[in-house]
Amino acid sequence: MSSVLSGIFEPGLFTSEPVRVAVVVGGAVALVSAVVGVFTVIRGQSFAGHSLGDLGTTGGSGAFLVGANPLWGFVTFAIIGAGAMELFGSRRPRGRDMATGIVLGAGLGIAALFLYLGTTQDNTTGATITILFGSMFVIRASMIPVFALLSVLALAIVALLYRPLLLSAVSQDVAAARGVPVRTVGLLYLLAMALAVSLSCVTIGAILSTAVLIGPAAAALRLTKRPGLAIAWAAVIGLGVTWLGILLAYDSYYWPPAGRGWPVSFFVVALILVVYLLADFASRYRARRAGARALAARRGRAGVAGLQPSETPVPGAG
Amino acid sequence: MFSGIMVNAWIVATMVAVVAGVVGFFTVLRGSAFVAHAVPQAGFAGAAGASLIGASTLTGLGTFAVMSALSIGLLGKRGRHDAVTALALVFMLGLGALFLSWSDQYASEIYALLFGEVLGVANNQVLATAVLGVVCILAVVTLYRPLLLSSVMPEVAEARGVSTQQMELCFLVVVALVTTMSVPVVGALLMFSLMIGAPGTARSFTDKPLAALSLSVGFAVTIVWIAIAASYETDWPVGFFVGVLGAVFFVAGRGWVAWQRSGALRRNNGGRPATGPVHLATASGTSVEPT
Amino acid sequence: MTEPPRSGAPREEILSLDGVSLWLSGREILHDVGFRLHAGELTGLIGSNGAGKTTIFKVILGLESPSSGKVLFGGLARPRRNRSIGYVPQSIGLDPDVPLRARDLVSLGLDGDRFGIPLPSRGRRQLVDEMLDAVDARGFADTRVGKLSGGELQRALIAHALIAKPRLLLLDEPLANLDIRSEQEVVGLLATIARQQQIAVLISAHEMNPLLPVMDRVVYVAAGRAASGSTEEVVREDVLSALYGQHVDVLRVHGRILVVAGKDEAHHAEGASGYTVVPRGLG
Repeated sequence: MSSVLSGIFEPGLFTSEPVRVAVVVGGAVALVSAVVGVFTVIRGQSFAGHSLGDLGTTGGSGAFLVGANPLWGFVTFAIIGAGAMELFGSRRPRGRDMATGIVLGAGLGIAALFLYLGTTQDNTTGATITILFGSMFVIRASMIPVFALLSVLALAIVALLYRPLLLSAVSQDVAAARGVPVRTVGLLYLLAMALAVSLSCVTIGAILSTAVLIGPAAAALRLTKRPGLAIAWAAVIGLGVTWLGILLAYDSYYWPPAGRGWPVSFFVVALILVVYLLADFASRYRARRAGARALAARRGRAGVAGLQPSETPVPGAG
Repeated sequence: MFSGIMVNAWIVATMVAVVAGVVGFFTVLRGSAFVAHAVPQAGFAGAAGASLIGASTLTGLGTFAVMSALSIGLLGKRGRHDAVTALALVFMLGLGALFLSWSDQYASEIYALLFGEVLGVANNQVLATAVLGVVCILAVVTLYRPLLLSSVMPEVAEARGVSTQQMELCFLVVVALVTTMSVPVVGALLMFSLMIGAPGTARSFTDKPLAALSLSVGFAVTIVWIAIAASYETDWPVGFFVGVLGAVFFVAGRGWVAWQRSGALRRNNGGRPATGPVHLATASGTSVEPT
Repeated sequence: MTEPPRSGAPREEILSLDGVSLWLSGREILHDVGFRLHAGELTGLIGSNGAGKTTIFKVILGLESPSSGKVLFGGLARPRRNRSIGYVPQSIGLDPDVPLRARDLVSLGLDGDRFGIPLPSRGRRQLVDEMLDAVDARGFADTRVGKLSGGELQRALIAHALIAKPRLLLLDEPLANLDIRSEQEVVGLLATIARQQQIAVLISAHEMNPLLPVMDRVVYVAAGRAASGSTEEVVREDVLSALYGQHVDVLRVHGRILVVAGKDEAHHAEGASGYTVVPRGLG
């Protein structure tokens, strides 16, 4: 038994400092992303989340170039991006997606340049990987307070805006009629999203951050329609995949083929996809069972009343 | 810059630009910009896997690109906006990173596949690239009319016997082939800028379809030539120039349109007279709802 | 007013539906639908949304196969690639920036289903110009399609459908989004086309009044069933009541026709009075 356990929890897992930091920071970031992500999906702003991640790429590589901590680059550019989105309106007329994509392309090109200049000047090559695909195991313990602060800030914004967010997700006009300052709410929410995305840029990487933002949230929303419950589910899923990902990444250190360990962000992204597929399957199975039950009930009632539904010509029913 | 190994680089780059410009024209026409993000990302994973097992990058790229293109075709329009698609694509990127993490060239390979490389196509692959290019061009020339019809008016096309389903699948396969050719040169993340930026710019300058197609090719070739030359001179990544130039051209096109429109207003030359005001219900009993 | 057919000359039959029924997902969408269309005639396919008009169109176009019954085109079964039917959809979802002019749209109608690239030739251009003139679209021929108004786009689509010289022209709710003046123009245009080019025109609408001045025949559809004939023959209380399966009244007011739902027979017997005006859609 103990050999099975030590097979799963490889020796040194709980004493390793990088793992401990990863568990704390990764966990916090997963929590924040999941909670913010639920509203992102409900409000249909997944594309905005993806765009913020792309902007993060530019920011992080820029920070790297000037020798600053990439986190500040992520945060700065994400917040600027959020502001720009609010300025240009979050409506999505046709062609807006195309224009945004092209402009973001410039951002990615600039990121490529920053990374190139930074790595040649430092003579290091790891920055590309770290910024694009995350660096959960190389976060310094001294950064924990910063992460904690930003996480709390993002969660506080969501907690404050909980009801207005839900109302304006249903209908902007209804919310405005009820006196909700829709524009301010939108802007503050984009800010929370910018914070969440930049945090996950550090742990999972800028181009993979979308997965932790919308993955757990989308899976949770397949399981339940109630926002409060969805947030709880999303948090559980987000924490679960992150911690499991850390575990697997640590265990994979001696796995073939390279003996270097598999990237933790790969595990996280793969697990999110698997969990989403399971949640989707479960919800469809449940829907089919419910549908069959309802059909049987209707047939039962119709049999009693003696009506055949398809024979009555009702105008407009064809 | 124009001798030795660079000759092949120029030939490949030009072919890539021409085909990307042509296929991009239809991609934008069909409102399928999404595939210009999706297929390269899947291709990235394939290329990473191929480089790991020592196979040719083009093979890996091509296999994954075609498979993902067909999957998108089978999912249909609904699949585009589904969370599964987004998560699957991110997974592809993660998978590519995984494959490359097993190789010795982790960082440099990732960089080259994502952001492009002047000598991205090895000499022994120039012929393969050329073949892909010719196949793409032939396909587009043959399918031009039915593809155009089914892109603009799918219902009417179906009524005329054009199968929109078949057109969609053919089109997606062509996109996969273009991706295979282009990703080694411009990078998986920047392919969007070339394939969408060029036609997006072209449509700002002309109303005619064939002219827009030609302009799209022209802009693509210009972007790629500048990118290759500048990258050769400065050693800066090709993707940087493609991304920035794509955006610059696109914005310039939009600016041109805005300038024209404001000029037209200033000259009080608003064009054709507007349609009359909407008439509400009249005494004769016809009830017409406003548009 | 419509021209009466030349006395003694029978009009060529273009399309006939006989006993067409269609089942989809376990529901009967069409039940025993039958009518004939003749050259030079303008026929209105009238019915509310969901009555089955679009399905009938799909059957005629070959996009749906009837579960039973026959669709004959000039006496023969309908081939898949049929250039003799022109189709004008209700709308085409278009990106306003699409680089296609009105004349390109029309030109596509000539051979948009054939492979290859259209080679510009003087003959082609002339044909396109003629079509544009026929629908009075020369003024905006070189304007980008996305910038056309609803009525202009419609005329371009009509020209697109006509350029292949079809024998049958189908229009799906062409009047739905037009103001009164455009409505009258389009109706007049279609009547002229039917007469001059001797083609059969079938217009679907949920409101028959705008078509009354030019409609030769009507096919009235309700709940998947249809009644066809002249306006006098079909738009009558007994015919429509049978179609709807409940009592309807047909009122003629100032040259307009109003079809109004009455109470059930059962309620009549109880002495209930009063009528409910049917919400828009029953014509």
